[in-house]
Amino acid sequence: MTRYLLRRLLGVAGILLAVCAITFSIFYLLPNDPAAAACGKTCSAERLAEVRTAMGLDRSVPSQFAAYLTGIFAGRDYGSGAGTLHCAFPCLGYSYEYSMPVWSLLADRLPVSFSLAVGAALLWLVLGLGAGVTSALRKGSLTDRSLMVASVATASLPVYFTSVMLIWGVVRGAGLLPYPAYTAFTDDPLSWASNLLLPWLALALLYAAMYARQSRNSMIETMAEPYIRTARAKGLPARTVTVKHGMRAGMTPILTIFGMDLGGLLAGAVITESIFGLPGVGRLFYDALVRSDQPVILGVTLLAAFFIVAANLLVDVLYAYVDPRVRY
Amino acid sequence: MTTATGPATDPATDPPADPAATARAVTAPAGRGPWRLVLDQLLARRAARFGLLTVALLAGLAALATPLSALGGWTPEEFDRSAIDPYLGGLPLGAAGGIGPDHWLGVEPVTGRDLFARVLHGGQVSLLIAFTATAVVVVAGTLAGVAAGYFGGRTDAVLSRLMDLTMSFPSLIFMISMMAVAKDVNRVLLMTAVIGLFGWPGIARVVRGQTLSLKHREYVDAAKVGGAGSWRILGREILPGVAGPVIAYTTLLVPGMISTEAALSYLGVGVRPPTPSWGQMIAESINFYETDPAYFLIPTFFLFLAVLAFTLLGDALRDILDPRGGRS
Repeated sequence: MTRYLLRRLLGVAGILLAVCAITFSIFYLLPNDPAAAACGKTCSAERLAEVRTAMGLDRSVPSQFAAYLTGIFAGRDYGSGAGTLHCAFPCLGYSYEYSMPVWSLLADRLPVSFSLAVGAALLWLVLGLGAGVTSALRKGSLTDRSLMVASVATASLPVYFTSVMLIWGVVRGAGLLPYPAYTAFTDDPLSWASNLLLPWLALALLYAAMYARQSRNSMIETMAEPYIRTARAKGLPARTVTVKHGMRAGMTPILTIFGMDLGGLLAGAVITESIFGLPGVGRLFYDALVRSDQPVILGVTLLAAFFIVAANLLVDVLYAYVDPRVRY
Repeated sequence: MTTATGPATDPATDPPADPAATARAVTAPAGRGPWRLVLDQLLARRAARFGLLTVALLAGLAALATPLSALGGWTPEEFDRSAIDPYLGGLPLGAAGGIGPDHWLGVEPVTGRDLFARVLHGGQVSLLIAFTATAVVVVAGTLAGVAAGYFGGRTDAVLSRLMDLTMSFPSLIFMISMMAVAKDVNRVLLMTAVIGLFGWPGIARVVRGQTLSLKHREYVDAAKVGGAGSWRILGREILPGVAGPVIAYTTLLVPGMISTEAALSYLGVGVRPPTPSWGQMIAESINFYETDPAYFLIPTFFLFLAVLAFTLLGDALRDILDPRGGRS
């Protein structure tokens, strides 16, 4: 297991390095001049040259990349003399739009995205697996068919439609909830949950529908396995057969998908965050796009890649515990 | 897609030519070709029938967008000031967003552009991008998968690492940034390329697995003994074997592509106005969801319908063509 973990961690580092290099070259080699963007529209030639030097753009691309990588682990300084900007570990660049290191911007917004992702994930796991397992156990029944029709339809609904309908119905129409405005969990857990409920629902419905379909298929296949028949034949209660023998094996494929979805969600919730006006990483990314704030775009991309890779690794390790057939 | 089965790949346009053949088919069902059987099974399922019909309808509407809009009397970029109320912030005159004999699906607020024409042309753009991106993904994925599975060894190692790397990219974030950074290029072409770039590993994995299981079958060995070269074996023995899962997977890819195009255009990095696409129309209409619901609901409905229809069709195809993967 330790050897496996070490090998995987090495692989993860390699993948992150590759993602970093590719992202870096795309954003820094394209015709857009980050210095011009940072300097603004009324920028004299001398000022532009100063900015270029401060941002290190006058150096060669490999040396810029090396400086960027070093910055991530050791922090770095931009410019020299009185105008030096220090960017501490982990330095993912410096946003001239916000006059802040990218990492501070991300750290401010991570709790929001994290809250959104975790709440939505819990909700869709409960809804999706619940519906999927119920359907699988009553295969062909009216319940099964209605649940599956509902999930196909829900999975096809665009997330903006669901979001708008939730705001329109729950906030405007019934007046049950306030318009979502983020409150930190540590300030007021109740207000945190009630404000995030609609974004959670909007995001979770789509995934729940997909998980319902997946887990139904997986459960039906598992419940047809000979060892389930054996478990029944030796007189185990139906509940034990379903939960301990059926679900444990039937849910493992879901774990893989879940890892990828959760890893991708942190930055992938751009649309949900922008519709509900939540100040998360997705929103930061969207604003950075509008202002072509390249350091932030690059930083979010790297962070998002990091979460995907980390989630995948976590899933693979969890597999060893969930699925007794997997040994490393 | 390269299926070595020739004209039989399209059973829909392949009516039984001579009456004798029909009679044979009726009396001896075993004599029907495999693709004919697939079509029969498809038509026997209600959901698949609905999917097939809707897909055909939407594709037809999109393909004939220009003549059909001419029938309605408007081009998608034509302003109609007489259809909107300048005193009400440019809201359409008449009920339900101005639906009437002049404008079959009503008009856009402020500009008075005809929604029927715009939805059809928008569908053309959306479906064109979705289909081309799917084609790119399927061709690239199949080639990579077959190569990795059949040649094995170093080819497999390199291709598999490349798949891992591509799947570790935060694809939506990356697509958005690439679309935003590239300024003056053909948006439709760029979007197809960018979406295609991240889609291929999924299908490559499916094909690789299938190829691995096929390459040691007796008939492949027989071909090898008979002196067939690698290309001949790949084209004649392996590809027809992977065609079924590939077709099913392809159909299931399309709804994801449609949604991705819509999401990119919704975020303002997709096609540029005045070119309509469903996602871009929804983005423009979302602020009017209370004052002019029809304007918001019409493109949303088309998007929903397209995603739903392709999902239903793909589900059925997977059940029929790839029973082990489908687990119906």
